[in-house]
Amino acid sequence: MAAEPASIRPSRFWWNTGMKILQDTGHLFRVAAVFLVGFVAFLVLRSLLVPRSFGRYGHYRANAITEIAALPVHYAGHQVCEGCHTDVLDVKSKGVHKGVACESCHGPLAAHADDPAAVTPAKLDTRILCARCHQENLAKPKDFPQVNAPEHSSGAACNTCHQPHSPAMNVGVAQ
Amino acid sequence: MQIPVEGFMYPNEVELQWSVLIVLYPFITGLVAGAFILASLERVFQVQAVKPTYRLALLTALAFLLVAPMPLQLHLGHPERSFEMYLTPHVSSAMAMFGFVYLWYLLAVLVLEIWLDYRHDIVVLSQTTTGWRRLIYRMLTLGSTNVSPHALHIDERAGWLITLIGIPSAFLLHGYVGFIFGSVKANPWWSSPLMPVVFLFSAMVSGIAVVMLLYMVLNWMRREPIDMRCVDTVAKYLFYTFIIDFSLEMLDLIHRIYEADESFRSLDFMVHTKLYFSHIVVQILLGTVTPIVLLGLTQVAKLTDLARKRIYVLSGCLTLIGIFAMRWNVVIGGQLFSKSFLGYTTYKMGFATREGLLTAIVLTILPFMFLWALVKLLPPWPEKAVLAEAASAQ
Amino acid sequence: MTMTRRQLLILLPAAAIAWDSILAGTPEASPNYEMAEHWWAMLIDITKCIGCGSCVRACQLENQVPDGYYRTWVERYHIADWEMEYPKVDSPDGGKNGFPPAKEAGGKNFFVPKLCNHCADSPCTQVCPVGATFISPDGVVLVDQKYCLGCRYCVQACPYGCRFINPQTNTANKCTLCYHRITKGLTTACCEVCPTGTRQLANLKDPKDPIHEFLRTHSVQVLKPQMATHSKCFYNGLDGSVR
Repeated sequence: MAAEPASIRPSRFWWNTGMKILQDTGHLFRVAAVFLVGFVAFLVLRSLLVPRSFGRYGHYRANAITEIAALPVHYAGHQVCEGCHTDVLDVKSKGVHKGVACESCHGPLAAHADDPAAVTPAKLDTRILCARCHQENLAKPKDFPQVNAPEHSSGAACNTCHQPHSPAMNVGVAQ
Repeated sequence: MQIPVEGFMYPNEVELQWSVLIVLYPFITGLVAGAFILASLERVFQVQAVKPTYRLALLTALAFLLVAPMPLQLHLGHPERSFEMYLTPHVSSAMAMFGFVYLWYLLAVLVLEIWLDYRHDIVVLSQTTTGWRRLIYRMLTLGSTNVSPHALHIDERAGWLITLIGIPSAFLLHGYVGFIFGSVKANPWWSSPLMPVVFLFSAMVSGIAVVMLLYMVLNWMRREPIDMRCVDTVAKYLFYTFIIDFSLEMLDLIHRIYEADESFRSLDFMVHTKLYFSHIVVQILLGTVTPIVLLGLTQVAKLTDLARKRIYVLSGCLTLIGIFAMRWNVVIGGQLFSKSFLGYTTYKMGFATREGLLTAIVLTILPFMFLWALVKLLPPWPEKAVLAEAASAQ
Repeated sequence: MTMTRRQLLILLPAAAIAWDSILAGTPEASPNYEMAEHWWAMLIDITKCIGCGSCVRACQLENQVPDGYYRTWVERYHIADWEMEYPKVDSPDGGKNGFPPAKEAGGKNFFVPKLCNHCADSPCTQVCPVGATFISPDGVVLVDQKYCLGCRYCVQACPYGCRFINPQTNTANKCTLCYHRITKGLTTACCEVCPTGTRQLANLKDPKDPIHEFLRTHSVQVLKPQMATHSKCFYNGLDGSVR
């Protein structure tokens, strides 16, 4: 750029030079001041806004864990069902469905477990329900009991012949 | 919301996550980085020939940078929470850098450099204009009216230093976007160490092209002669940068074809079918090969000023379209195929929706409106305007 | 699509109030449950899966998963002969209502249930820009619904496709391993209803957990081991063709 102007040649007195430099850089100090104010404002805002539980276990809001853990439960779990329905448990635990949870067929029933009188479980249609597992499909394991449901029962409901809680052919008839 | 799927896709993959707005964002920051690099050619590398584009390049960078966060905000599920990136940035995430890199580049580099370069003009304008314009200029002076030769000399040195810091800052501003894609190991179309480099060079290409175009268009609008030495030099840099960019992309392509890893068949099929138009036709043929050939022609053949001007305008436009297509092919292309490599989905772009085509068009036009306002506020060609006002004020 | 001033005037105070609830102090933790005693994992036995879709239905009902999105799903594979690289895969509505009869006879056919792998080195938590998704001290990868911006980076980063954006909350969602159940001594909804014992929840920190013996005595695999995500979802009998 242009040659250095005469005004900045060092004068005999160093404080005069200093003053001149300070005078001519004043605007830069103003800019720096604006940045500094902005930075401080950012730090203040940050200290106010970062959630308090953040960072307790890691780079996240620790309270999120407790919030998620507090979500409502919809499936009671078979132990809860078995607490009351001991008669069904007796039948089921002797048959091939002993490993099938109650709510696997009956759907989510935590609401019923909490207040049995107020919430009545829906009646199930075995034609749809049983076919979900037992309708034959090439991809199912070969040793898994599967039939072509419409042919197998000629359209009759599965619980016409099978007791759903313990479904061998010869054990009783549907409820 | 039935999205047509061919083959098999994981059930949650069918709907695209990142829309055309996320295509637009790297395009915009690319223009910013490229325009700034062009400006730095003069400032730091002393390429005097491109001086007429210096101020225009800076204003262009600023205009686009101001629009850059908008597609991101419109895309977020919760834009009101975006400030969380400033509160608790997750340092392992490239995206978390955005807030700070953006702020740094905007304030500590671009705004500061523009202010320092224009300070003399701002002080003069603060004394010669009236009304609300005078108020704006007075605020911009930050209260200091010292425009002595020494002060201006200091400004010039400071500006040089800022530009020097600004070059890696510009690389960071756009390079991190390339890294956002390049570091996703789950996506083989994106995952590559070349990604940030390819993004950067295509950014430089687009930035240089846009400034070249704007310079020619604005001069034509102002009925001023175009400095041919300037545009010839700019076009020369565009050509060389293009060669590098094209080489990098070809390297990526050849490497993929040769290694043919598990993703190759799926990606290859995608490029030849779903991305055929945008990738082969628009990005490669129209957007890269054609401009390179045209610009190469101007480098080897003796052409008239008019012929060169026409080639520059055509190449510039094709370049911008091609680089946009490149962003499209990366972002949208990366989401069209299944991570199981067994299927493809379709991008259903809305029109007047939050992330639709209309929004994208508005966001593309908006930077030019900002640029118009900036050019009015801080004229890049002060020689006649400001000096005339100064003369009339005395 | 532009926001009116009125909308902004409503949005800003609402955002401030919502933010306040995030700032609040610690609510009570679940009694008797110690995070430090658990490192949760899942074991899936492919040889037992019958593709009934009970798990998909149960998950949707337990976790209010919106239609068209899946926290867990079942895929059906058909491999004609030796061409392991090109299986035919389908997952109609995630397998929620079972599977229709196979189109092609013969070949090798099986079901693969999938869910979040709760990776110990998860790429999804790595890329979250604000710390809205994380792995809990007991090994479950969770999403903070009040903090997530909906940027979708985590959805892109998951190699398994198990994440989605919930259209009602506009935040990232995925399998939480029924965290609200397992911290109360229950099992996950999908494990509860699985009729064949395909799915088993496991606590790797419990020396008496049957998974240790199982891992010792069976050939187990994880999905996409080359991604090195340190997946905690172990598969028994996973065919090499599974993507």
